[in-house]
Amino acid sequence: MDLLEYQGKQLFAKHGIAVPSGEVAASVEDAVAAAERIGYPCAIKAQVLIGGRGKAGGIKIAKDAEEARAYADAILGMDIVGPHGEGPFRVDQVWIEGGSDIASEYYASVILDRGEKKLLAMVSAKGGMDIEAVAAEDPDALVKRHIDPTTPFDAAAARPIVDEAGLDEDVREQAADVLAKLAEVAASEDASLIEVNPLIVTADREVVALDAKVTIDGNALFRHQDLAEIADTADDPQEAMAKEKGLTYVKLDGNVGILANGAGLCMSTLDVVAQAGGKPANFLDAGGGSKAEAIVDALTVITSDAKVTAILFNIFGGITRCDEIAKGIVTASAQMDLKLPLVVRLDGTNSEEGLKILAEADLPNLHQETTMLDAARRVVELAGGA
Amino acid sequence: MSIIVGSETKLVVSGLTGREGSFHGLRNRAYGTDLVAGVTPGKGGQDVEGVPVFDSIEESVREAGANTSMIFVPARFAAPAIDEAIESGVDTVIAITEGIPVLDMLKTYWKAKEAGVRLIGPNCPGVLSPGKANVGIIPAQFFDPGKIGVVSKSGTLTYQIGNELKQAGEGNSSIVGIGGDPIIGSDFIDILTLYEADPETELIVMVGEIGGDAEERAAEFIASEISKPVVAYIAGFTAPPGKQMGHAGAIISGSSGTAQAKKDALEAKGVRVGESPTETAKIAVEVLRGS
Repeated sequence: MDLLEYQGKQLFAKHGIAVPSGEVAASVEDAVAAAERIGYPCAIKAQVLIGGRGKAGGIKIAKDAEEARAYADAILGMDIVGPHGEGPFRVDQVWIEGGSDIASEYYASVILDRGEKKLLAMVSAKGGMDIEAVAAEDPDALVKRHIDPTTPFDAAAARPIVDEAGLDEDVREQAADVLAKLAEVAASEDASLIEVNPLIVTADREVVALDAKVTIDGNALFRHQDLAEIADTADDPQEAMAKEKGLTYVKLDGNVGILANGAGLCMSTLDVVAQAGGKPANFLDAGGGSKAEAIVDALTVITSDAKVTAILFNIFGGITRCDEIAKGIVTASAQMDLKLPLVVRLDGTNSEEGLKILAEADLPNLHQETTMLDAARRVVELAGGA
Repeated sequence: MSIIVGSETKLVVSGLTGREGSFHGLRNRAYGTDLVAGVTPGKGGQDVEGVPVFDSIEESVREAGANTSMIFVPARFAAPAIDEAIESGVDTVIAITEGIPVLDMLKTYWKAKEAGVRLIGPNCPGVLSPGKANVGIIPAQFFDPGKIGVVSKSGTLTYQIGNELKQAGEGNSSIVGIGGDPIIGSDFIDILTLYEADPETELIVMVGEIGGDAEERAAEFIASEISKPVVAYIAGFTAPPGKQMGHAGAIISGSSGTAQAKKDALEAKGVRVGESPTETAKIAVEVLRGS
């Protein structure tokens, strides 16, 4: 789960990392009122879960109330696309904070290195820009050190990293302290990624986190009540509905609705549909041991997306029994008055019983295929152009 | 031969008195796995359909000679349960549980490493050596004994490919589900090493997915250390960046961890990568029979 900038900054403040003070606003009026309280100049920043906000026009500095109003009006409701094509993300909230007098911009992060199975601390004197580009052009400018899981990572342990990165000498002690605290945030808040870009030095030589990108491990939310509440505010209506029903659903932008069992098979199904010339509308893993009720829930979520014109069920029953899936399809069709074409491929445990149930139900909109590839071709044909 | 589990496996199941633990534990026994014990603290002395239950894994090692532990404990209690297994004296720990906090697994990973215990999973379907032993939730009916070793991050995708291999008349030395979490006990490289040394395995099918760089690392390793043919499949070409696709570890971060990058890395080292599960099985059969 990713946190918005201001949520990340609140987490930093809780752990003693200096951040500019500010307020969050969801309307132009509230944004202007907040700016008036904070004073000018102030920064008005789009709160979306993606980088590249500055380039997209989502971060502006206002000199007075008139500018604050104009910028808040422009930014709220804006759609921002990420640097790798992520999104678009609609801006529902802005964060207003006091303008900072910036002497230097650094970069600091603590991330989980999956390959090495350790936390990795990174520091660079070249902050404020795309760190991947910095690393590509000048690898030595980004200092990377793994954190030894057996010894505490305090400011003293962080100091050599800061020294090597060549930060200004007078702020190294502060920067080392920030780096150690970022590692503390990671450990105590179950964050698998924490990135501060830029980490600034102000004119009066204070080290301040001017941005915050934080990813919290969704599997650890049970021990972080405050963060779990943030997680409950999913942005997309279908994703929110799926979450409520306990389904693993990711919305995509095509017209072929997809339901498969198991994350790997589901990803593979999306790929095969795309290879057949179709555009998947979603990822939906019905999970192991899916029962009839889960199928009704899944179909409810899939069909609530108005773009969906046909649906593919790709089931390979292991623990999941195909007869249960077939019962679910029949029940759902009766309950929901489903008219969309439904392509079903059932294989594996109890597939014969499942196929028999479907044959007996004789649903007019149901098309059976025996292989995954044929099923993909068929559903693309039935879905028509996106 | 086979790898990780086989006729020498003496299995202890943590949570055998629970619903899932007893269902799968007894299913594994029915397949022929030597299920020697169950563990549930406070229920020592009881039995589950003739399988003795102990209070600790360590006791089951001492009293029943267990050498392999399977963990079915709910996510928030699973890391301590895996730690207990690591310290109990078993050689192998297979963790099925999904949803364990990743930083807990980080600590557990290093404990296993230091103790020299082989950890498979978590968030995996387990290990099956057809005709010998099944530890986990893999439906054994889709796999016959044979020459192809499979290693995979995904369960159902493996069943799909295994079934296609079976229909083509080929079987498997072992099927290893390494799991879909960001931090797992054994990676592709660890399992490739075991297959390389296993005389029964003639070809390896590797099934990866988006997220992390385990497939890229495996590509390098295959080029320098593996003499047997490897055929791969990667899922997630259509996955958008920044979205977790079911598995906790299946996420593209920025521009890294994409399916295309993994496919390119493998193909650059001469590994053939199938476009679909069906094509992957077809290539595997073709390479096996041609060699």
